[in-house]
Amino acid sequence: MTTPLVLGVLAGAVLSGTSLLYATLGETIVERSGIVNLGLEGILLIGASVGFSVAAASGSAWLGLAAAAAAGGLGNLLFGWLVVTRKANQLASGLAMMFFGFGVSALVGAPYVGAVIVGLPKWRPSWLDGLPWVRSTTLFNYDLLTWLAVPVAILVWWALFRTRWGLGVRAVGESPAAAFAAGRNPAVLQYQALSSGGVLGGLAGAHLSLSLTLTWAEYMTAGRGFIAIALVIFSKWHPLRAIAGALLFGGAEALQLQLQARGSDISPFLLEMAPYLLTILVLLAWGGSRRLAAPASLGRTFYGSD
Amino acid sequence: MTHPVSTPLLEVRGISKRYGAVLANDQVDLSLYGGEVHALLGENGAGKSTLSKIMYGFTRPDSGEILLGGKPVDLHSPRDARALGIGMVFQNFLLIPALSVLENIALFLTDLPPIFRREAVEQRIREFGERFGLVVDPWAQVRQLSVGDQQKVEILKLLLAQARVLILDEPTKVLAPHEVVALFRVFEVLKAEGYSILFITHKLREVVACADRITVMRQGRVEGRLTSGQADVDTLVTMMFGEGGAGEPTATGTVPEQPPSTLPIFELRGASSKATGSETPLKNLDVSIGAGEIVGVAGVSGSGQKELGDLILGLRPLSTGSKWFCGADASSWTIARIRESGVAFVPEDPLVMAAVPGMSVRENLVLGTGRRYWKGATINWRALEVAMGKSFSALAFPVPGLDPPMGALSGGNLQRVVIAREMAHKPKLVVALYPTRGLDVRSALSVRDLLRRVRDGGGGVLLISEDLEELAEMADRLLVLYGGAIAGEFKRGVWQAEQVGHLMTGSKEALHA
Repeated sequence: MTTPLVLGVLAGAVLSGTSLLYATLGETIVERSGIVNLGLEGILLIGASVGFSVAAASGSAWLGLAAAAAAGGLGNLLFGWLVVTRKANQLASGLAMMFFGFGVSALVGAPYVGAVIVGLPKWRPSWLDGLPWVRSTTLFNYDLLTWLAVPVAILVWWALFRTRWGLGVRAVGESPAAAFAAGRNPAVLQYQALSSGGVLGGLAGAHLSLSLTLTWAEYMTAGRGFIAIALVIFSKWHPLRAIAGALLFGGAEALQLQLQARGSDISPFLLEMAPYLLTILVLLAWGGSRRLAAPASLGRTFYGSD
Repeated sequence: MTHPVSTPLLEVRGISKRYGAVLANDQVDLSLYGGEVHALLGENGAGKSTLSKIMYGFTRPDSGEILLGGKPVDLHSPRDARALGIGMVFQNFLLIPALSVLENIALFLTDLPPIFRREAVEQRIREFGERFGLVVDPWAQVRQLSVGDQQKVEILKLLLAQARVLILDEPTKVLAPHEVVALFRVFEVLKAEGYSILFITHKLREVVACADRITVMRQGRVEGRLTSGQADVDTLVTMMFGEGGAGEPTATGTVPEQPPSTLPIFELRGASSKATGSETPLKNLDVSIGAGEIVGVAGVSGSGQKELGDLILGLRPLSTGSKWFCGADASSWTIARIRESGVAFVPEDPLVMAAVPGMSVRENLVLGTGRRYWKGATINWRALEVAMGKSFSALAFPVPGLDPPMGALSGGNLQRVVIAREMAHKPKLVVALYPTRGLDVRSALSVRDLLRRVRDGGGGVLLISEDLEELAEMADRLLVLYGGAIAGEFKRGVWQAEQVGHLMTGSKEALHA
């Protein structure tokens, strides 16, 4: 492999890995509280579409970003109302939320298809310009979300593993009854986890439309939400391991794009499957291992103490 | 202990609580002083658990009052009780296995700041651990701890949350002997520091070993109060089980005096099994059930009864020893093969073990009958209904509706359906765990009658029961289980309730010690 290819893949890995990481972090918080949100794809779409529309209408990408975060949080609160308050089945509700997200995002984004926006500003610290092989690539030329991705991962880790709130969230995900008996309110903690996870999902979607592509197209997330759900498993529900996972999957996508751009002989259809094949491989490799560290009560509905 | 001058830390007066037809607590008075271990003793169903749940705010009494330091208090929930310094360790620990000791304890502490320093909590755990002899590694995951260490964590949780009254519901039930000794040492330190401990148990030996005062309950009432000096095992046994109730052969019908014919129907030789969690490992059991014999098994709950039943049916593998059915080595038989050989099984908890609650009664009746009613790819429902109808009438049970889901039946009806199903095909061996539990008197009589008929027809019956009177009436031979081993064996009519009570509670060893 030539140096430009490697650099291109690296740069691409970071760029497409950003939204994957935010989405994975969001889902990690949610799943740590014992809830599986299969509707993550829909939340990403809503974030992408709301972010783009608000940016196009207002002329401010920052306003778009804020709107996307709020929309993602609200989307997950709606999901929470279904599965926490109404105690609906989590898997069915998640799929319903996904299709709901498809529809809402298409509706919101429709007037802005083809609109031109100014995306999130990108910059590269000037001292990095000195490196000879950096200047010719997009490496280290990032927007705020990308620069903050790793710090946010560390923040999520800290919140989950070093605060009283995080302890409560994890306890609910393991055993709502025990958390309840210890004086915590499982429903409140799950709503909190869902809304913060939704904000991160909204940001993940917004990064796609406000930084990566600078367009809105229906179903532009192309399964990133589901890859993020697989990444949660890959990273064993750990925010810091999610960084490596997001880079790996971002790299798979960047690699296939680079190969396509260079006119590789491999079928483009096969190349485009790379991230999904990797997903299957990860699930295969991790499958059946008992020490998976999945929250013990993941996906179960808590009906109360008796 | 010299307490009567002071006010009790916690006191209940005239507590009554009724569940349906059962008066679980009837005018119960109990007082707990600082610096004492108070044992609450009684058989299963004597009302100990109800009383402790009331004292922890889990259940509200129908009448009576609770006083804390002499002042009446209202306990609406365990949260109230905890705020007042009352803590309880339940039989099933409320710990989260995936979290560390420190995290489990931190979860329980309400005074923790939002961003807490784990080192500060660690410091407190180590400090209390050393002070009270409850040393546990704060960083260990709870799943890696032994049951004894998990219990230490539960007690530490309460102490760190500033409880002064500790209620422990059968804390020794799951402990190994050396862990029991360690627990009693912890009690000593706690006493010296002025804590009050309510120790709920039905093991006499332990009560005599560590209690300052003893309250014995029977059938919801306080049967007696003793101080450690007055407590001798015989008095306690009499109080727990009542006078008399000895095993006179009151049974009607034939009492087969002949030794069981040539081959026993079923035999365990040196059988042991492993146990996980709160299960009881079985230790080197020799059990033989002859043709035409009812073998009774007595024991307090958790002595290995469930495990014994599971072992016979094949739900649980043998770790050593062997299993014989009509002279054939059945050690490695599948459950299906054992069932098809004519073993009927009435499990301890029929709703969980013998029924699929969401399926209809009819569908449940066909489950567990093997391929008897197969008709090609379908099921011969007619034949099933005829056979089951006969079984119900043989037991004089009312035939229930066959269409409603099994889960909709009452406990007694469910028990009847399971028994009728299991008895429908002339079993050679019946393994019945508490078969009359939850049944009205008439149904209980007809179950006993049927078991006798199986016996008289040359079959074998293993009857596991908590009801000593039932065992006295039914069993041709009585085994006493204690801690997963056979503590004693008696022929019909030669045993006294008191004697069996000693063995059931493990107090015999203490007498000889």
